[in-house]
Amino acid sequence: MDFNDTAEEAKFRKEASDWLSANAEKKEHSRDVYRPAELTGEGGESSALQDAKDWMTKKYEAGWACLHWPKEYGGRDATAIERVIWAQEESKYKVPGGFHEIGQGMAGPTMMLYATEEQKKEYLPPMAKGQEIWCQLFSEPGAGSDLAGIKTKAELDGDTWTINGQKVWTSGAHYSDYAILVTRSDFNAPKHKGLTYFFLDMKSPGIEVRPIRQITGGANFNEVYFTDVKIPDSQRLGEVGDGWKVALTTLMNERLAVGDASGVDFQEIFELTKESDFNGENAISNGGVRERLADWYCEYAGLKYTKMRNISALSRGDTPGPDASITKIVSANKLQDIANFGMDLMDNASIIKSDDKDDIRALFQGSLLGAPLIRIAGGTDEILRNIIAEQVLGMPQDVRVDKTVPFNEIPSGSKN
Amino acid sequence: MNFEFSDDQLVMKEEVRKLFEKEDTVKRNRNILEGDENFDKDLWNKVVEMGLTAVTIPEEHGGIGLGFLELCVVAEEMGRAIAPIPYSSSVYLATTAIINSSNEDVKKEYLPKLAAGEMIGTFAHSEELGTPTSDNAKTTFQAGKLSGEKIAVPDGDIANIFIVSAKCGDNVGLFLVDTDSEGVEVSKAECFDGSRSYANVSFKDVDAKVIEDSSSEAIEKLLNQAAVLFSFEQVGGAEASMNMAKEYAMGRYAFGRQIGSFQAIKHKLADMYISLTLARSNCYFGAWALGNDAPELPVAAATARVSATKAFYECSKENIQTHGGMGATWEFDCHLFYRRARLLSANIGGQSLWKDKLVSSIERSNLPQ
Repeated sequence: MDFNDTAEEAKFRKEASDWLSANAEKKEHSRDVYRPAELTGEGGESSALQDAKDWMTKKYEAGWACLHWPKEYGGRDATAIERVIWAQEESKYKVPGGFHEIGQGMAGPTMMLYATEEQKKEYLPPMAKGQEIWCQLFSEPGAGSDLAGIKTKAELDGDTWTINGQKVWTSGAHYSDYAILVTRSDFNAPKHKGLTYFFLDMKSPGIEVRPIRQITGGANFNEVYFTDVKIPDSQRLGEVGDGWKVALTTLMNERLAVGDASGVDFQEIFELTKESDFNGENAISNGGVRERLADWYCEYAGLKYTKMRNISALSRGDTPGPDASITKIVSANKLQDIANFGMDLMDNASIIKSDDKDDIRALFQGSLLGAPLIRIAGGTDEILRNIIAEQVLGMPQDVRVDKTVPFNEIPSGSKN
Repeated sequence: MNFEFSDDQLVMKEEVRKLFEKEDTVKRNRNILEGDENFDKDLWNKVVEMGLTAVTIPEEHGGIGLGFLELCVVAEEMGRAIAPIPYSSSVYLATTAIINSSNEDVKKEYLPKLAAGEMIGTFAHSEELGTPTSDNAKTTFQAGKLSGEKIAVPDGDIANIFIVSAKCGDNVGLFLVDTDSEGVEVSKAECFDGSRSYANVSFKDVDAKVIEDSSSEAIEKLLNQAAVLFSFEQVGGAEASMNMAKEYAMGRYAFGRQIGSFQAIKHKLADMYISLTLARSNCYFGAWALGNDAPELPVAAATARVSATKAFYECSKENIQTHGGMGATWEFDCHLFYRRARLLSANIGGQSLWKDKLVSSIERSNLPQ
């Protein structure tokens, strides 16, 4: 048992680290992250997006983008453990990110399996290069956790499909160039049998994007409306009526992509309890506070070492465990509880709103408001528990009343 | 990164597991619980035959000279098996205390007998209702003689030797007492988990040998080492409890379907799995720190201990809940794990104590980076 790289891993790590140190600025501490010019007041509004695109292109040109993709589509043919090592090294630098995950992590792998060779050569290298952004048009007002209940309609006439309906919770639709889309092409077939999957240009006529303001005040998600949007049949992925199978490929990649909830963690609450006054002494001297700290440290460490066990499995060439579901459930709930407890320690002072990113109050306030969505996005706590029970423990699926009847006879959405 | 047990260690684990399955240790646990014997001597002999009492003892002292990592895998199986034998007392505690000691005479005299399983040791530490510290310890050692009262000594009526914590000058040190020495009085106590045996022990001017008297740190180190091993035992018990709940939920039908198809039950099982996974991962780091005698041991041991205690409690109580009314009967085995979970939570200090120790260790080490 040790934490050392193999000789090959060490060689790869050195190569990655050498390139990064020559091309990026190292963080001085863990919270010393990349700040776009719009926040530092040094530039225009879209700098975070453009910076992320430019950083991806720089990596692409040096062979460090989409590491696990085949070289012919712009990747590096790297192993799973090399991806982990790259991510570990890159996280030590102040670099922009957060815009390419859906394209490179979900749309790309789906295209790889279902697109024609010609389409792969046309769309995948630009996706890797990073100047083109993709989004995922899946959820609808009546279909969230129950994704197969979507109602956006696709009708075929000759070689062209016409799309009408509405999607929701689409991250980044307002700046995306392309999208992957699941539709219903047959309302008389059973729920999972009438779906068809496409990719499309987000500049297609008839698409309207409206931002959704979240409880944080920010707007990262959108509603997307389709009015007679045309898609050529050549942009269908998978067979007509077989879209659920294609969507599962995308969702499996989403489960791999979701991870640690970002925001306050053990380090932040630990520092806060050392600094806060509580009944005339530091909060950390209080037994009740110490008990909470111990619980959160055990979760923090448990996730950290679970990740290391999975990296070890990758290093040996084994399939890692289903840690992503555990990580998301535990980290999102920990984030929410730590944020709430931290604000409680700050007492009335925590109520005064702060937008100053360097103010500890802003960090806790932002985390408390951000946490509910993290517990829902990319698989709710409840769906992830089903996944653990069914896929890890092998327990049976819930009895379903919607699997064999025609879709148009199934009640769905809110009835109140 | 190689944060996993070696193939040899995993083979060893498998062998121990096979032995316990073949010997039907859960049935043996019940026999001890319901009978008059204070431990399963036949099972003890089989464990000794397999060399499990000799794992960490150096070859020069009659052991097989493996490390703590090997002991961790044995401990996990011991927990899964809820074995009714004084293994933890003799191996994790007494043997480790002697291996840690700088007293070569004691090593020469006692380690071969402990390795051969012909001698059983234990650790006599608790006094009244708290944990002895240099401020409140009432047991004393002076000029070769030890006096005091120890309560709830695990396997106190079985052991041939006691490792005793006692005040010596400004320190609380560790001392060795032979059970048949003059002045030792052992009174067996009824135990919450009747598959294990406990006793109260009084010492009146008994001859004692010095294991460590120069600082109080020897006790802390021993408790941290034992905490990692007990944590593995707790993880083994927690996993066995979770698996029992799963098996039952798959085979029990209500409302026309397997109860394991209800989300109320599935989510309960998922929570057990999450708790168990976090505990297991923390135990692995504990094993690494223990095996390397790393400076991280105090934090690693407390983290493993707190999460493993939580996992075994949760899994053993929700196993009963999943079984419904039958889970709370004497006849079903669920309560054997529930009792063992409580016993293991108490025997080297309770959950509140370890949580406090964990935060103190984090404060001292300035973790995490």
